[in-house]
Order: sequence, then structure tokens, then C-alpha cells
Amino acid sequence: MRIPGEIRARRLAAGRSRWDNSRMQFACEIIISPRSDILDPEGDAIGRSLARLHFEGASEVRVGKYMTLQLEADSADAARARINEMCKALLVNPITEDYEVSVNQL
Amino acid sequence: MKAAVVIFPGSNCDHDALHACDKVMGWTTVPVWHESASLSGADLVILPGGFSYGDYLRCGAIAGRSPVMEAVKKHAANGGLTLGICNGFQILIEAGLLPGALLRNSCMEFRCRMVQLRVESTDSSFTRAMQQREVLTVPIAHGDGNYFATEQQLAQLNEQDRIPFRYCNAAGEITADANPNGALENIAGVLSEGRNVLGMMPHPERASESLVGSADGRRLFESLAQAYADVGW
Repeated sequence: MRIPGEIRARRLAAGRSRWDNSRMQFACEIIISPRSDILDPEGDAIGRSLARLHFEGASEVRVGKYMTLQLEADSADAARARINEMCKALLVNPITEDYEVSVNQL
Repeated sequence: MKAAVVIFPGSNCDHDALHACDKVMGWTTVPVWHESASLSGADLVILPGGFSYGDYLRCGAIAGRSPVMEAVKKHAANGGLTLGICNGFQILIEAGLLPGALLRNSCMEFRCRMVQLRVESTDSSFTRAMQQREVLTVPIAHGDGNYFATEQQLAQLNEQDRIPFRYCNAAGEITADANPNGALENIAGVLSEGRNVLGMMPHPERASESLVGSADGRRLFESLAQAYADVGW
């Protein structure tokens, strides 16, 4: 995985063109979880295992996905909009999953 | 009849489907690689079972967006016969050709065994040679076959008679015990609105010769042959 410092150093070395002057790098995180009205057998199985290990009081275990990606965009809003497009096109099944997005400029 | 069987990286029932079409039915049968833009002029396109792209992201999600699917969508939109079996069903849903979603089996187990299906609709090219409420014995082999749909989708599927198969017991009764994966209303397969696209979790192609324990799945292929003889495509 490329680290932000490396990217910055490489860009400085290469000299940024006037075209990507306004482009910024964002670290994006997407958390995808099963919708609350969907049965999550994996979460249930983990919950039962926790109970067997005497972790009383733990309930409603849900298992989802956590994704990170780096994205070039003009602004944080533009990056968020692009991630939303990706979620709709591929990353999330809206019938069964909910998602949250966070973006941080590098 | 010319059949095309699409092969994705990770398909593992492709040869079962090729065998059923070629050797059992005697159709001209061609394998089509997932990067192909053409279906070689096939009348019937089969998306076979397996674990396309390792089931990464969601079952069928990446295959449903692979290059060949543009040709499959065009074929389906033109009324072409399209059959998705097991992972192929998951792919058809992910490609937006069928409604709903296929979730992890409610039992959390990979289920690999014979099941009974009750024929709920003979009004399709896939089921026209069957009898209404007839019981078929065919195998399943899946971990994510738990059919789910929104209330609205489910109501529409029922109203439009688009659920040709439900899991049942040997007596033909639709019971919770006969449901191998937790599917809503024991749904084992669904048809598109145009009735030319069928997705199903059970494997008719693996039960098309009595040598392998059941030839009931052959009824589906015979239905297709009958439809082709009648209408042609």
C-alpha cells in the first residue's frame, strides 16, 4: 500500500502540472453494514459464541465491511460525492446494506 | 437451438451446463469467456454456478459488472432466453436483471444435497413441459441462497406469477423444514417481468440424467427445447 508521504514526495519530485494543481488526495473510509431489518446470521453466530464465553450483556452483533481507498478530487465534497457514486454502482447493495463514508484530506 | 455457457474466473459448474446442453440435449453449445463482447448468436445463455471472482465483495457482484454482461443484458432485453443457476442467479440479481438479493443461508452452513421443488408456474419457456404443482428432485450446493426481496418486490413477484419454483417436502408441501436456506416464502427461483430470464439456486443441469440420481432437471431443458421448436428465436 502506498503511504501518503510517498505520494507527496513523488509529486513534488515530478513537479505538478497546472492541470492537477487543484486536485487533492483524500483518504476515504467506507463502512458497510447489514440493514437493521435484515437477518445477519454471521452476527448472530458471533453473538452466541460471545455468550458462551460469558461476555454477558453483549447483544445485537452485526458484521459488515470496512474499506479504505485513496481518491484524487477537487474538494472533500467532490470526493464524498464520487464515493457515493461508487457505492451505488458497485460497493453497496442498497436492498440489504447501509453505508457511511468519511473523507480526510492527505 | 444454440446455447452459450458463460465462464467467469471461478465458475465451477460450467462443464455441467455444457454437458447438459451438448451431450444430453444435443444442442450446439459454445463456451463464452467473461471478457467476450459477443454471445456467438446463442438462443439460450446460461450463467453457471461457482464462485465467480472468489465471491469477493458480494456473491456475483463483480461478475455482474464484467464485460460479457453488457451482451447478456442486451440478449435479455431482446427477449433472449437467459438462465442463471446458483452463482449465475446471484450474478443476474447483481446485474439488475432480476429483483431481490441472495443472502447468507440462515443456517450459516453450506448446503449440498438433494432438495424437492414444487413447480408453481408453468407459464414460462423454462417450465412449460412441467405440470403445475409437480415435485422435482434436484441438488443444491450453496452458502448464499437465502432469497430476500423488499415487500414491494415480493408482492409484485407473486402478483405476476414470477416464482416458478419453491422448496417443498416430498409430499409437495411448502414447509419451513423443507427450506434449506431461509429463503423468503421458500423461493428457489424467480422469473423476470418478460419471463425470459430465470434465476434459480438449485442445479437442474446436475440432475439431467438418471445415472446421477435424478433426471428431473432435464424437464427444464426439455421445456426450453419445446419452446424453441414452437417459437424459435
